Amino acid sequence: MSEAVAVHGGVEPAETPLTPESWGKLGMWLFLAGDAMSFGGLIVGYGILRHASKTWPVPAQVLGINLTAFMTFLLIVSSVWMVLALAAIQEGNKARFNKFLGLTILGGAMFLGCQAYEWNHLLGHRLPELKLFFSTDLFATTFFVLTGFHGMHVTGGVIYNSCVLAAVNRGRYQAKHVEIAGLYWHFVDLVWILIFTFVYLL
Amino acid sequence: MATTAHSQHNYIKIFIILSVLTVIEIGVTFLGLPKMLIATMLITLAVWKAALVAMHFMHLKLEKKTLSIVAIIPFILCVFLILMLLPDIYPR
Repeated sequence: MSEAVAVHGGVEPAETPLTPESWGKLGMWLFLAGDAMSFGGLIVGYGILRHASKTWPVPAQVLGINLTAFMTFLLIVSSVWMVLALAAIQEGNKARFNKFLGLTILGGAMFLGCQAYEWNHLLGHRLPELKLFFSTDLFATTFFVLTGFHGMHVTGGVIYNSCVLAAVNRGRYQAKHVEIAGLYWHFVDLVWILIFTFVYLL
Repeated sequence: MATTAHSQHNYIKIFIILSVLTVIEIGVTFLGLPKMLIATMLITLAVWKAALVAMHFMHLKLEKKTLSIVAIIPFILCVFLILMLLPDIYPR
């Protein structure tokens, strides 16, 4: 018996090269692909409206990029903390995991705080000064639709990560669940990299 | 343990590359180059950064091919969307 196990150990004859190691992971990837198409549609729509408009303000002059550059940095750092949290729980180091996932959540919350401040400033002062009103001006509308849709994803991510943190500490979630939550969080970071370039820098 | 230490080192390396690319992106906008050139450079840098996140943080590099196929489909469809909308952008 032990000989047979030794011979067949590690071999999974039913596996094809395309079978994923985890169905949960495949599920998250399929969701992210659909979500990427939502963002893709919005970004392409933004590009076409901008291209077709006779006048378009220089985004960096209206929006300012100092705060947004900091927000970009926050999300990237938060992504790194997420991978470090995953590495920690894979090693079985609970304390280190709690620290890094906590930092990940904090990074996301700080991002949302910055975005709330930015929106407040734009809606209350900057855009009325320039007569660029949300709902009548395409520049303002596309800006709020894109950053708002992304901001909702960050909000969802902060809630999701908080639930994962709680579930791991109750012993209900393991490393594989953290990895799936990580996929979502990195996707949010990835999309922000694109939005930062297309909406703020271009 | 050694492999974990190595992968963490790798994550920090990717983080530094991402930060440097972000600084370059912001720097490019101040150079006063022709608009098309700036746009090309910015889009290249953004796609590069996005690919780094997908490959290393989302482990696409280490996964089976299925997930890469799933991941690439939205991008193909977006290119297709732009191509289909070209007649509207440049009407004859």
